[in-house]
Amino acid sequence: EVTETSKKSIVTFSEIHHFLLSDTIITETQKRISNAFDVFDHESNKTVDVREIGTIIRSLGCFPSEADLHDIIAELEEEEPTGFVRYEKFLPTMTKILLERKFRPITEDLLLQAFEVLDQQKKGHLEPEELTKYLTQEGEPFTQEEMDEMLSAAVDPDKNVILYKDFVSMMTFDDTR
Amino acid sequence: RGCSRSTRVLFHEYSIKAAILIQRWYRRYVAHLEMRRRYTWNIFQSIEYAGEQDQLQLSSFFSFMLDNFTHMNGNGPGNKYLISHLLDSVVDPLTEEVRQLKYEQIVVPESYCGPRLSFPLSVTDTNALLSAFKEEQTLHGKYVLQLLYETKKFLKQMPNIIYLSTSYAKEITICGDLHGRLDDLLLIFYKNGLPSAENPYIFNGDFVDRGKKSTEIIIILFAFLLLYPDHMHLNRGNHEDHIMNLRYGFTREVMQKYKTHGREMLQLLQDVFSLLPLATVIDNKVLIVHGGISDKIDLDFLSTVERHKMLLKYVLFHMVIICLIQVVDILWSDPKNQSGCSPNSFRGGGCYFGPDVTQALLQKHGLCLLIRSHECKQEGYELCHNGQVITIFSASNYYEEGSNRGAYVKLGPELVPRFFQYQVSRSTRKLTLHQRVCVAEGSALRALKEKLYAHRSDLMAAFQQYDIDNTGRISTSEWAQVVESVLRLDLPWRTLRPRLARLGADGNVEYESCFEDISPGEPIPPVTPNLAETLYRYRTDLEIIFNIIDKDHSGQISIEEFRQTWKLFSSHLGVAVNDQTIDDMARSIDFNKDGSIDFNEFLEAFRVVHKLVIKEQQQG
Repeated sequence: EVTETSKKSIVTFSEIHHFLLSDTIITETQKRISNAFDVFDHESNKTVDVREIGTIIRSLGCFPSEADLHDIIAELEEEEPTGFVRYEKFLPTMTKILLERKFRPITEDLLLQAFEVLDQQKKGHLEPEELTKYLTQEGEPFTQEEMDEMLSAAVDPDKNVILYKDFVSMMTFDDTR
Repeated sequence: RGCSRSTRVLFHEYSIKAAILIQRWYRRYVAHLEMRRRYTWNIFQSIEYAGEQDQLQLSSFFSFMLDNFTHMNGNGPGNKYLISHLLDSVVDPLTEEVRQLKYEQIVVPESYCGPRLSFPLSVTDTNALLSAFKEEQTLHGKYVLQLLYETKKFLKQMPNIIYLSTSYAKEITICGDLHGRLDDLLLIFYKNGLPSAENPYIFNGDFVDRGKKSTEIIIILFAFLLLYPDHMHLNRGNHEDHIMNLRYGFTREVMQKYKTHGREMLQLLQDVFSLLPLATVIDNKVLIVHGGISDKIDLDFLSTVERHKMLLKYVLFHMVIICLIQVVDILWSDPKNQSGCSPNSFRGGGCYFGPDVTQALLQKHGLCLLIRSHECKQEGYELCHNGQVITIFSASNYYEEGSNRGAYVKLGPELVPRFFQYQVSRSTRKLTLHQRVCVAEGSALRALKEKLYAHRSDLMAAFQQYDIDNTGRISTSEWAQVVESVLRLDLPWRTLRPRLARLGADGNVEYESCFEDISPGEPIPPVTPNLAETLYRYRTDLEIIFNIIDKDHSGQISIEEFRQTWKLFSSHLGVAVNDQTIDDMARSIDFNKDGSIDFNEFLEAFRVVHKLVIKEQQQG
C-alpha cells in the first residue's frame, strides 16, 4: 500500500509540473501574439486591419497558404465585416494555431526540392521566364509586384538565370537572422 | 520528347504542388520582412518623440535656473548676466539703411564662382541658385545675409493668416516637412515644376533641422518667396525656432558652412522664422497649419497676436502668454482617433486633437478641410478624421534609406485633393526589399542600443532586482518589463530581444549583453552612476546650454560662464562637485589663448571632473 501511495504522489507531482509548464508556455505564446499584434495596431485600440492578418500570422512563424488564410479570416471577421479584427477574437484563434503547430515551416530541403521539380531538364538553374510562368500562373499565383520582387533577389545579374540552390541557401539564412 | 501523356500530367501535378510550396514559403518570408520593417518604424518614431520629450527635461532645468539664480553668490554679476543673457532679444543697433549698406559693402572675391544675386531677384537668380546647389556649391555669405534681410522686411508686412484663392491658378501644390532634404525639394520641382504664377506652392513648415542641406532649402524657398510673393507661401513649423535649431542641427550647419557670417545669419534667421505666417486658408474652405489644432484655437484671435514674439524659449521658461499657448498648439499638435483634446505628452507641447475637435473648428469657421504636416507617414501622406484631416510629409527616407515615401498634394477649384508620391534613392542599383529593411533596421537598432547604454545604471539596478542569485540572467519577460519601464518606450521588446541581447544556455537573457557593441573600441565603463553616462545621456542638452550661453555664436564661452553653468547643472542633477575641483579642472584644461573654452573642451571638462572626483574618493 505504501508503494501505491508513493506512485500516486509521483504522478501528481508530474501532473503539477506539466500544468505549470504548459501554463507558462501558454502565457509566453500569448505574449508573443500580443507583441506581434501590437506592431500592427496603429490606433492602439486593440484592432488591426483585416488585410494585415496574413502578415501577423506568418511573422509568428506559420506558413499558411492563401486558402488557409481565407478560412481563418472568415472565422475572425465579425458578422457585419468592419474591415478590422479585434484582439479578443484573434488571440484564441492564434493561440490554438501556435499550440497545435498548424501550418508547419517549410524546410530548406523541401524548398530546394520544389525548385528541382520545376527544373525539368535538370539544368541546375531556372530561366526567369520559366519561373515567372510557374509562379504567376500555377498554384496561388503571385501578383506582378510579388514576382518582380522575388526576381530582383533571385536572378544572378551576370548570367541572368536563377541559381536556385544558392538562392534557397541565401533566403533561408536571411530569414533566420 | 519521349514523355508519355501520363508523365506530363504527373509532372503538371507536381509542378503545381512545387509552385504552391514556393509561393507559400516566399509569402511568409515577405511577411517576416514586413514585420521587421514595421517595428523598425515604431522604433524610429518612439525615439523621435522621446527626444522631443527631452525638451521637457531641458525646460525643467531652465526653471530650476530661474528659481535658483538669486541664491547663487548673491546678486553677483555672473548670474544676472547669464539669465538676462538668455531672455533678452537682441536689439538691432543699426538702422535699416546702414545695415543694407553694410551688406552691400561685403567684398566677394573674384575666385568665387557661385551665384551672385541682385535684388530685386529675377528668374535668373533662382535658376542660378538651383544649378549651383545641384553642383554642391555654397552661396556666398553676403548674398545669404542680403536674402535673409530682404525676406525679413517682406515678412514683416504679412499677416498671421494668409488667405488665398484658387480662382486664378489651375491648382495649388502643398508640401509638408522637408527637414533639410534638398534632394526631395529638387525632386518635387522636377516632377511638379518650379513655382510660378501658374504653379503656386505652399510649404507647410519644418524646412530645416535633421537633414544636411537646410541652408540650401531656405535659400531656395526664400528666393522664390521674394520672386513670386503672390504665388509662393511659407507656413511656420515648430522647427522654425532658435531652440529647436540648437538641438536638431540647423545652427551647427550654418556655423560650419559660414564661419565668418554665420553668427549674423543666425540672428537674422531668428527674426525671419518668428515672422513666418502661422496659417494659410484656401478659398475660405481649407485651413493649412503645420502641426494641428486644439479646442482653444480661434482663428480671429490668432490673426491679432504678435507672432514674432512667439518663441519656444518663452515656453521653456514657463512664461505663459495666452496667445503663446494657441501658437504652440498650431505648431505642435497631432491628431488622434479618440474624441477630445488632451495635452501632447510625446512632444512636450501642443495637444492631441480628436475628430470632434476638428469637426467643431471647421464648422466654427465654415471650413471643410484641414491640411497639416509634422508627422512622418510611411506613404508620405495620410487621411484621418473621416477625411477632414490630411497629413502631408515631404521628406522621403526620413528615418533611414527606404523608411518612407514623400508626398505632395494638389488642390484645384473643386478642392478635391490629389496626392503625388516619390522616394529619393541614393544608390543607382535598386536595393532588394531585404536590403532596404536591413539598412533601416540596423540604423534603428543602433539608436536603441544607444538609449540602452545611456540608461545603463538604472537598467542594471532593475535587472539585478530580478536576478536574486546573481546569475547574470533573467527571463525574457522580466527583461522586457525592465527595459520598457526604464526607457519608457512602447515597443515590441520581446520581438526585439534577439536583436538586442543574448540568451544563455538555459534560455534566459544575459542582461549585460544589451550594453555591448556601442562605440567600437570604447571600453564599457564601470557600473556606478557616473559622469560618463550622465554626459552621454545629456550631451545634447549640454550642447544646447552651451550654445545658449555662447550668445554671439563665437563657439567659445568664458571660464566664468563655464563655472556658473557647471555648478547649476550639477546641482540640478544632484551630482556634488566642490568649487576647488571646478577650479582645478578649469586650470588643467587647455584653453585657447584668450582664456575661453570651446564646446569640445566643455565636454572634456566633464570627464576630467569625474576622474578628479574618483581620485578624491580613492584618496579620501
